[in-house]
Parts: sequence; structure tokens; C-alpha cells
Amino acid sequence: MVSGLINANPVVHERKERSSRPCVNKILDSKIPSIHHVRDITDPEHPYSLEQLNVVTEDSIFVDDSKSYVKVTFTPTVQHCSMATVIGLSLRLKLLRCLPPRFKVDIQLAPGSHSTEAAVNKQLNDKERVAAAFENPHLVELVEKCLVSTEE
Amino acid sequence: MSLRLVQELAGHDDRVWSVAWRPGGGPSVLASCSGDKTVRIWEHSPGASPSSATWVCKAVLDSAHTRTVRQCEWCPAGKLLATASFDSTLGMYEKIGTEISFIASFEGHENEVKSVAWNSSGSLLASCSRDKSVWIWEVLPGHEFECVSVLNGHSQDVKMVTWHPSRDILVSASYDNSIKVWAEDVDGDDWRCVQTLAAPGRGHTSTVWGISFNATGDRMVSCSDDLTLMVWDTSADCVSTSADGVAPWKHLTTISGYHDRTIFSVHWSRVNGLIASGAGDDCIRVFDELRDNVSTLPGEGLSYEMVLKQEKAHSTDVNCVRWHPKEPRLLASAGDDGVVKIWELVGGDLPLLSNESLPYDPRG
Repeated sequence: MVSGLINANPVVHERKERSSRPCVNKILDSKIPSIHHVRDITDPEHPYSLEQLNVVTEDSIFVDDSKSYVKVTFTPTVQHCSMATVIGLSLRLKLLRCLPPRFKVDIQLAPGSHSTEAAVNKQLNDKERVAAAFENPHLVELVEKCLVSTEE
Repeated sequence: MSLRLVQELAGHDDRVWSVAWRPGGGPSVLASCSGDKTVRIWEHSPGASPSSATWVCKAVLDSAHTRTVRQCEWCPAGKLLATASFDSTLGMYEKIGTEISFIASFEGHENEVKSVAWNSSGSLLASCSRDKSVWIWEVLPGHEFECVSVLNGHSQDVKMVTWHPSRDILVSASYDNSIKVWAEDVDGDDWRCVQTLAAPGRGHTSTVWGISFNATGDRMVSCSDDLTLMVWDTSADCVSTSADGVAPWKHLTTISGYHDRTIFSVHWSRVNGLIASGAGDDCIRVFDELRDNVSTLPGEGLSYEMVLKQEKAHSTDVNCVRWHPKEPRLLASAGDDGVVKIWELVGGDLPLLSNESLPYDPRG
């Protein structure tokens, strides 16, 4: 119990091969393959990617290009994860950078995956709250650290 | 009815959160504020037809704030411009002739200030913040602003404040899904919440982003993340007016099924009686009271219909819509795409309200 980590021993999964399998929704077009880089975002606590920790998987990214809509569902490794907001903001910032501005983005916790699911979802999808968060240097530093691994 | 784009006003480097028409005489003036930390002042060419594309940027105000400027509002006389910023302060600019200068900033809120509003006489200012409080400031001579009351009652961020068009009644809209009505005590020494419009009664089921009064102040309309507009009415209820003279509000109708994403802004024109909304689905919509069903009692069986929908009004979210205070066919909008747009309402018979009933600009 000397560790100050929220989840000291997370289960680590293998990174999946990319582009070997067609996208679930078949609407993912060539303009936005970079969207799958959200899976490479580093967890705020561990030196592993969100995909390796099963926080974000290929199936949890829904893209409807014709409707300019993206929805990402994520599953924190533990129910009481206080990093859920940081993970959500990392996803939002990454998507903001890799998607054309026409896209509408919803980011949500997987149902039942978090003790304060509704509150976190509401916060992550309130653009005024998000805009204010991105003006907070401390928070931006945290988020940027998670994104380093996604930049090629 | 349709909207014709009069002019697109580009200049801001980030999303535009809000716009405000300057009341009073002279050429039309519009202020816009943005995530780029500035306010821009746009002026219409004097003497040109109201719907001509002769808008130019006259000033960029960048002295007051170090973070996003969320809202800006002119005082009723059109001389002072108040700003609300994420840097937790309010700013104040003064317009003297063609010059606009920064005169003061005031602190008090703990974090992001989201909205600022003047009462009808210009003697009081209200502000609200993520710190859950609503502040009322008194405007004193010599550019002094004194906080006269801090109103606690909301359990979450307060998104917007606005005053009744002629009386000192304040309403606030919040992330806690409620709308609160505030009024001064009978003895006049403090302010209190006189009514909360929320569940378990009729109310919004998610964040209330905006609220706007009609011309006479007997109705208001609210917009929400729950994708609905709600119209509230107090006109049919004069009998049960409380001791302090504040009539309670009742839910009149819900306008649902039109918006596809969060409705960020709603504005009830005080000149043509139409309601405009701006939403996260990039659309501007206009609603009118359905006038062909003659109701027996005021406030009963009333409904509103959508009379126009402007698709792709902005290339991204529409954050603010505002009707011109005098020109019945002019509307301004602001978007995440960083531009301000001036629109002209084309076609349709506008139900022009008589100017006598307009308590909008008592000094005008």
C-alpha cells in the first residue's frame, strides 16, 4: 500500500495490429485514419497506452463520416478512477487535433464503468467546462504528457 | 421565411462565444467576445440601409482579460460595456464618442465568470460563475461598482444571468438543470430566491444554457442541453402574486423534437416577438407562437411552431443568437468557427410589436 497509484497493478494487454481488419462501421474513410491514434494515448498513471490497458479499444470508437460524428467510449481500469476526467480530456484534445472541425464528438464512460459516471460524462461533454479546462496550464501539461506517444 | 446572410464578420482568432447589440441611437454597433481573449466592436455605416453589408471592425479590446471572454453586455444607455471572463474577473469599458477605453476590472468570483447582465435602468449589474454564485453589483458614480449581494442557491455552475425587461427581477440558469428567480426583499435590504424552476416539477433534465424574456416580461424562454426550449409564463397568474409583488412562473409549453444537439443560446425578439435559437447542430431556428388556434384563456393551449431553420448557419456550433433591439429583421450570431454573422429575416409578415410597449431602452 506504499503506492500512491489509484490502480497499482493494471492488467496489460497486447497492442493490436492496425488496419488489418476493416472498421466495424465501414464508414471510416481515408481522410481520418489518424483517429485510431487515440488508442495510443498514454495512461496518466502508467507507461502503457489506453489500448494496452483496455481503456479504449477499436470497437469503442464509433465513426459516422457522412454525419460528421464520432463517439468514443472509454472504460477506466478501476471504478473510482480519479483520472477519468484527464483521460476524457486527453481523448477530446487528440480528436480536436486529428479530426476536421466539421466533426461533432461525444466522449463517454462505458455504462457501469465508473462510480460517478453521469457527473464525469456531463463534464466531458460541456464544451464551456472543457474550454476552461484547456486554459488551465497544469491540466494541459498533464494532458499533453498523455498525448506525446500519439504523435508520429 | 428565411434568413439571408448580410455579412460575415471575420477577425477573431478563436471561437466567438457571444455578441451584444448596442442599445441607443446612432449607427448599429455590435460587440463580440471570444476565446482569443478579446472583444471586437463592429460598426455599421451611418446612413446605410440596415441590411447593407457595410459592417467594419472599429476596435479590438484586449486590455481587460487574460483568458476567454465569455460574454459582453452594453448598459441600457449604450455607454458602458461589461465583460465576463474565465480569468474570474469582470471588465468594464466606456464608450466616449468613437473611442472605447478600458476603465476598470473587478474581482470577487473564485473562478470562471460566465455571464454578466445589466438591469433595465442600468443601476445594477449581475454576474455568475462556475463558483455557483450569482453576484449583484451596484453601479456608483465615478466608475465604482460595489457588490451588494452574493446569492448562493445553485448547486453547480451558473451559466447565465439575465434581468426582467422593466423590473428588478433576476433569473439565472445553471448546470444543475434549474432556473432560479431572484428578487429584492420587501424591506429592500437583500436579495433572495423567490422561485426555482426545476424537477420534480416541470423543468429541464440537463444543463440550462440560456434564458430570455419577451418584450413585456410576462414570458421567458429557456434553452438546454436536454435539446428542448421551455416557455414560462406569469401573465395568467396575477391573482396569486406574492406579498413582494413577484408573480410565480409556470411552465407553459416545451418545444421539443427540433434540435439535434445542445441548444446554447435562445433569444426572444423584443421587436418582432419571434424566438431564435442557436445550437451545437450548427443551425439557427426561429419559432413563432401558433396564432391560428384561438385560446380561451391566456396561457392555455398555446404552442410554438418552427417557422424557419437555417442549416449550416455556421460551419460549427452556434454559440449565440441575438435579435437587433430596433430593426425587426436583423439577427446576429456567433459560432465556434470564429465568425460573427449578420442575418436578415426575409419574407413573412412580422407581428410587429408596438414601440410603446417596449420597455427595452428607457433612456433611448
